[in-house]
Amino acid sequence: MARAEAARRGPRLRITGPELDDLAYQAAADALVAIISKLGQFRGESRFTTWACKFAIFEVSAKIGRHFWRHPAVPLDAEDWHRLPARFGFDPAHQAEWGDLFAALRRAVDTELSPRQREIFVAIVLNDVPLDALVMHLGSSRNAIYKMLFDARRKLRAVLAANGYLPDDSSGRS
Amino acid sequence: MNGWPALDRFLRTDPRDVGCEDAMEMLHVYAELVASGEPAEERYPGIAAHLQACGPCGEDFEGLLAALRGEAH
Repeated sequence: MARAEAARRGPRLRITGPELDDLAYQAAADALVAIISKLGQFRGESRFTTWACKFAIFEVSAKIGRHFWRHPAVPLDAEDWHRLPARFGFDPAHQAEWGDLFAALRRAVDTELSPRQREIFVAIVLNDVPLDALVMHLGSSRNAIYKMLFDARRKLRAVLAANGYLPDDSSGRS
Repeated sequence: MNGWPALDRFLRTDPRDVGCEDAMEMLHVYAELVASGEPAEERYPGIAAHLQACGPCGEDFEGLLAALRGEAH
């Protein structure tokens, strides 16, 4: 299972050959430990194999997150704001139309987010660090990092909507 | 190219989103429902909202679903 999942994800992440085999092996070994330690938590809500496969998938994710730091593409403290518009599909030829939006977004990131929210926003959104890799780096959990980013997204959208850059509706509330 | 909808989608949060921990707790149940064609989104709207918004959890879900569908073939 771990091998199949690693093979499914590996090529996209440019992890191949012995490196991929090693990742799958480690994931399978750690998944087995997790399954044995959690056996008492299996409540029969699904087939046992589905429940067990879940842990193999989780371990592959964790190993891929760790693997990222072997060859990080961007330093964690880099802040390349210039690439951000293109990542959302904004056409550089029409910068006059969206320049103010990104200036407002940057101001909001600097003034509205807590230092921790800002750190996570910069790492994931600006520097394209995978969330699981950031989890490893910060010694945190996926849930904690996601929640931090969730709150940051909500704050930023509220500011941009209040200033007329995005539609002001209630569906962004939490 | 017009990035406004993409940026809006990224910043928009769904209040039903249950977060990673709760979604992963029930992922095996949710994946089996989806694999068997049951209306998983209706039964677990908070998990569905989360899987749409969270890349890593969405990837885990896709992996588990691929495993289930592979078993069926």
